[in-house]
Amino acid sequence: MLILQQILFVAALAATAWVLTRRIGLIRRAIQLGRPENRTDRPNERLNIMLRVAFGQKKMMTNVTVGLMHFVIYVGFIIVNIEVLEIALDGIFGTHRLFAPFTGAVYPFLINTFEILALGVWIVCAVFLIRRFVTKVPRFQPERHREMTRWPRTDAALILTFEILLMTAFLTWNASDSVLRERGVGHYNELKGVGNFVISQFLMPLFANWSDTALVVCERFMWWFHILGILFFAVYLTYSKHLHIVLAFPNTYFSDLKPKGEIKNMPEITKEVQLALGIMQADPNETPVEPGRFGARDVRDLTWKNLMDAYSCTECGRCTAACPANITGKKLSPRKIMMDTRDRLEDIQQGWQQNGPDYDDGKTLLGDYITAEEINACTTCQACVQECPVNINPLEIILQLRRYKIMEEAQAPASWNAMFSNVENNMAPWKFSPGDRFNWADQVNK
Amino acid sequence: MTGETNYQVPTMADLAAKGETPEVLFWVGCAGSFDDRYKKVTVAFVKILNHVGIRFAVLGTEETCTGDPARRAGNEFLFQMQAVANIQVLDGYGVKKIVTACPHCFNTLKNEYPELGGNYEVIHHSQFLQQLINEGKVTLKGGGEFKGRRITYHDSCYLGRANKVYEAPREVLQALDADLVEMKRSRTKGLCCGAGGAQYFKEPEPGRKDINVERTEEALATGASTIAVACPFCMTMMTDGIKNKDREDSVKVYDLAELVAQAQSL
Repeated sequence: MLILQQILFVAALAATAWVLTRRIGLIRRAIQLGRPENRTDRPNERLNIMLRVAFGQKKMMTNVTVGLMHFVIYVGFIIVNIEVLEIALDGIFGTHRLFAPFTGAVYPFLINTFEILALGVWIVCAVFLIRRFVTKVPRFQPERHREMTRWPRTDAALILTFEILLMTAFLTWNASDSVLRERGVGHYNELKGVGNFVISQFLMPLFANWSDTALVVCERFMWWFHILGILFFAVYLTYSKHLHIVLAFPNTYFSDLKPKGEIKNMPEITKEVQLALGIMQADPNETPVEPGRFGARDVRDLTWKNLMDAYSCTECGRCTAACPANITGKKLSPRKIMMDTRDRLEDIQQGWQQNGPDYDDGKTLLGDYITAEEINACTTCQACVQECPVNINPLEIILQLRRYKIMEEAQAPASWNAMFSNVENNMAPWKFSPGDRFNWADQVNK
Repeated sequence: MTGETNYQVPTMADLAAKGETPEVLFWVGCAGSFDDRYKKVTVAFVKILNHVGIRFAVLGTEETCTGDPARRAGNEFLFQMQAVANIQVLDGYGVKKIVTACPHCFNTLKNEYPELGGNYEVIHHSQFLQQLINEGKVTLKGGGEFKGRRITYHDSCYLGRANKVYEAPREVLQALDADLVEMKRSRTKGLCCGAGGAQYFKEPEPGRKDINVERTEEALATGASTIAVACPFCMTMMTDGIKNKDREDSVKVYDLAELVAQAQSL
């Protein structure tokens, strides 16, 4: 019986590892579709940002209450996973609470810590479900945000419910195990000295009338449910917005270090401009290179970091809640820009899996997912960039799409074309005579 | 004030002809040159520059658009044409330091020209005014007509989030002894006036309301009688917002330079 459990457990571990490897490989390939960009300069500064923003959750703390609640889940998740190590080893070696005999008094202390955190996670997840579905925090509501319908909404509900179930399983497992120890049933008797735990002791009365056999079944079931749940959750992450718990770290490390107001330069254009202005002479020996696409039409035209941003997005909507265009009812939502980018990548992945690696579904990010109306509404105010707790930059994608729309398709709103022509011919965005530019000086001594 | 004050506005070309170089170039910007409302800010700032005796100059008719609205709309060609041409002029005069009253020009000159070969020390006029006050070159003790007046400051995106200039404009206002009140959204959370990203040059996309109206409502909610701005586009958007709310009689929009000039009776 025990050996059968061990075989099953190792098989579950191996299956998870296999699926995870495939999923991670697929996501890696999708991110690598992006154009190259060096984000490895100034490593100390990058490390510092990662430690403060991802590890220290600095930007989550702008709203202290929500920030602290999120912190409980975050710490809970990391610390409770130490217990998963013991559980996994128990599973492989067919032991029960492997660490207990070696750690003495430290063991109950550790488990008590895990239990307190587990209860914390349980409560916060419940509060988060209430915020989403009962008190209806506006940025999560599908009535107000069209990107929050269907899967994104279900995804959020599933994650929170799942974490509640996992924590319940962990506490119930401890409770039934404690009762079995107390009764001295079978091998449970060996750890009698461990005693009861700080939270699960309150669940123990529930099992008072259970038979020993029923208790053993319950203990085993909860143990298996908890660990299989965690393995399932690891795979689920790769399909979910919840992937941010992993990608927040690299994503903040590779943050944009430029001032927020600085738009990325296009060096490929500088040469053309210098030739046009006669500043540089064309080199007759140079073989002309086919210029790449200006701006971005699809995910392949964006950088790998833009694509990593898309996978790091947990759809919290702080960007959209701060977006002046969205606040005033325009179609633009920075969160939707990020979700569309990821949806586009996942559709490409699906194409690979179903029709081979060269498959092209003929769709493009701009047009099939994001419309001109959305990107034209952006004021480039950088509120979205400022707000993102994991340093995602939706503005960079918007601007790249605009560049494609203007420079490749020559499709600008008519008044922008007028502005362009004024800048070009009158040296100002308005149709004033350049010769009148200094007339203001006449008013200085009036 | 005396009618004999004679404010000077030297151009770089004038100075170059005399073999002189100014301490700082005042980059006026298109709005500062052509927009009737913002020309008053340009004039106010020039008066302050004269008053403190700083050797400055302007480019006059040699100045052209930095290319900011073109770049933000997506027209990189046009932006770079403007930028490269401007850098030629600036470098031709050996310009080292630039002050400007436009956050968009400020951001573009400071952050975007270096990669195209234009390297200058660029400061915004709010920082410049703060320095003058800190150095005692401009004294506003007593604050004159602004003492105790309720003023709210609207953060320009390209000054605030873009370049983290949040305190300089506020310190200038505090030097006026004014009762500085903050809007619901300010500093890093400041709401855009709606003009950035070349929005100023087109109609907004369909929506429930205009961004400048939303922002003006926040400003009015503070009960301030003066809305201080530090950007020509915020100036227009907030002024239009006040008109939209029929409050132009009781609430005024001023640039920092105008407030400082008024407090000094310049």
